[in-house]
Amino acid sequence: MRRSMLFLPGNNPNMLINGSCLGADAVIFDLEDAVSPAEKDAARILVRNTMRYMDFRGCERIVRVNAVDTPYFAADLEAILPEGPDMLLLPKAGTAAEVQAADAAMTQAEERLGLQKRAALMPLIETALGVENAFAIAACCPRVEALFLGAEDLTADLQCKRTKGGREIEYARTRLVMAARAAGTEVYDTPFTDVNDDEGIEADAALAKALGFSGKSSISPRHVEVINRVFSPSPEEIRYAYEVMDAIAEAKAQGKGAIALHGKMVDAPIVSRAQRTIAMAQALGISREVTA
Amino acid sequence: MSKVVKSLREAIALAGLRDGMTVSFHHHLRNGDFVLNFVMDEIAGMGIRDLTVNASALFDVHTPLIGHTESRVVTHLAANYISAGLGRAISRGALEAPVEFRTHGGRPKDIALGRTPIDVAFIAAPAADPMGNCTGRIGKSTCGSLGYAFADAMYAKRVVVITDNIVPYPLQGWSIPESYVDYVVTVDAIGDPKGIVSGTTQVTRDPVGLVMAAQAAKVIQASGLLKEGFSFQTGAGGASLAAARFLKDIMLREGIQGSFASGGITGYLVDMLREGCFRSLMDVQCFDLKAVESLREDPRHQEISAMQYAAPGERGAVVDSLDVVILGATEIDTDFHVNVHTDSNGSIMGGSGGHSDTAAGSKLAMIIAPLFRARMPIVTDRVTCISTPGQDIDVLVTQAGVAVNPRQAELRERLEQAGLPVVDIHELKERAEAITGKPKALPKGDRVAAKVISREGELLDTIYTLPEGR
Repeated sequence: MRRSMLFLPGNNPNMLINGSCLGADAVIFDLEDAVSPAEKDAARILVRNTMRYMDFRGCERIVRVNAVDTPYFAADLEAILPEGPDMLLLPKAGTAAEVQAADAAMTQAEERLGLQKRAALMPLIETALGVENAFAIAACCPRVEALFLGAEDLTADLQCKRTKGGREIEYARTRLVMAARAAGTEVYDTPFTDVNDDEGIEADAALAKALGFSGKSSISPRHVEVINRVFSPSPEEIRYAYEVMDAIAEAKAQGKGAIALHGKMVDAPIVSRAQRTIAMAQALGISREVTA
Repeated sequence: MSKVVKSLREAIALAGLRDGMTVSFHHHLRNGDFVLNFVMDEIAGMGIRDLTVNASALFDVHTPLIGHTESRVVTHLAANYISAGLGRAISRGALEAPVEFRTHGGRPKDIALGRTPIDVAFIAAPAADPMGNCTGRIGKSTCGSLGYAFADAMYAKRVVVITDNIVPYPLQGWSIPESYVDYVVTVDAIGDPKGIVSGTTQVTRDPVGLVMAAQAAKVIQASGLLKEGFSFQTGAGGASLAAARFLKDIMLREGIQGSFASGGITGYLVDMLREGCFRSLMDVQCFDLKAVESLREDPRHQEISAMQYAAPGERGAVVDSLDVVILGATEIDTDFHVNVHTDSNGSIMGGSGGHSDTAAGSKLAMIIAPLFRARMPIVTDRVTCISTPGQDIDVLVTQAGVAVNPRQAELRERLEQAGLPVVDIHELKERAEAITGKPKALPKGDRVAAKVISREGELLDTIYTLPEGR
């Protein structure tokens, strides 16, 4: 479950050391945009040591490495992969070939270093080319488990202004969700960048959820709680999911095929959604009784 | 009749100040105060020696006091709080006799009971009339409440009001009435406004502070105390004020009106009053200009004396009606004892102020502190100095979880039911030490630098000088 993913600048020890306390389901240690070229090596060591010595207590550890065509990429893999990251976020992913190159480099490094754990890969789609190639990228290798939309670089590439309403990224959002779901991967939304706009983040997260995103990233710890709330099932949703499962069980016991609940047919998609909702509620420790 | 005398020197002479006596000061002008320094310089110039200075608090601006201790003009100090710069000099052994730390409630009580008699009180007043009616609400050096000066005015043998703003008799809306005042001295300036009150008090933007603040508000909500008539106190610093912000959201959302907020008042609490979160503010000290303005303009915002605020005893005080107080700590140990007197090197950098008074009086005393600051874990086996005994502390909120004093089993249950991350305080200590390592015991000097006296007047702990070379 990754409702929220929080970027932590790779050169900020205070944020790194407290990363697991900020409420996010996953943290993204950032070695790319948050770190100037002069500090790349220092940040890499800091992130490596943070991963080695800090207990993240159930918080997933993702690292945004530098892009595959930069001189930093190979060194990032060398330093980070031995620490067992759950996932690498691969910036500026424009084509399937680039992502396959990253996959191959990761495999090579893992074999050379004798690593058991294979990190997943999450291409960061932040160029027009990446958006247009989204499905090919999502489906290019088994290591790709999710797509990630980066709207700041994308709007620069599109030569348009990034706005709070996000009209300019509507196409990219829906395209990415479609591509990711078609390829059977997860998909995560871009951060909302105004850290002081509490209403804005709520609306933006709700929009992302409505479009089908699996979760949303954040550059501010202040947004994490809202994102978690928006991407958690509501008590009504959980209650309904249990009703669906009860109705299914009852129909089975009575030997009925099709059943209705509140006057509506319960079919396979409804059942699978109910199962997902219940699984998420259980993962969040929300019992059925609480929603009753 | 007029009590205005020609000079400070004349007032000191008329007050009969002699070797070995006690003089007192309040700290409402904080780090902008000129009065303590120029009064002590004048006293030194008159050749008077061996004095006790009893101040409600001392700031770095008062560092010239160290010179007066070297020349033995001052041989004893008493205060409820001493800031870090001056504290370091004291920790290095500037005085032969230990400094006496009291609490904001203990000090006026001890003055009233004659345990710490004051011979001459010097009361800096942002406005006064020729008969000595005075207030902090107006004037170029305005500080708002004069809460800490009341006991000095009421019980000192002689009272000298010092003002840079003499107004025609009668001053309207006085805080301290003429009946307590012997002499009035006018000067050019009693303080530097920039150091007296801050322009605005900012809520923290530190993400860890905000996580703790949000958690603190949830603890208060889950405690069952947040209901109609709720009363609350919090500090002006970092996460404490942010906790008030989260609390305000809850109170407005759920339509809860509290009875009062107390203590040092910030503009943030003024906003909460204006938005209907509280019926009144009980103000012993203003922290910013918005609080000063509110005290001047809004009758719901009331000035209280330190005695009414926090004094222990059967007659009670505001703190005894408090539901929740949020407090800080430089260290807290696994028995919930809290240190707010010394830093990680054992050097004096604060004091109880109202810490132990509010902890003792309130129903829920909460400490907000990060697991570690820079290199040091905050949760320890034993605090360097017990400022507030663990029996009065109910809950510790950190970024990594909430620890409940084992004495509060019911509270623990409530917090757990609300889904808050309740952890054993020993576990928090271990988590911090896993990152910082276990610190070595602090080396101590061989002399007592200060005694910490509880609000009831008992010796609570002893602070030693720093070792040679520190």
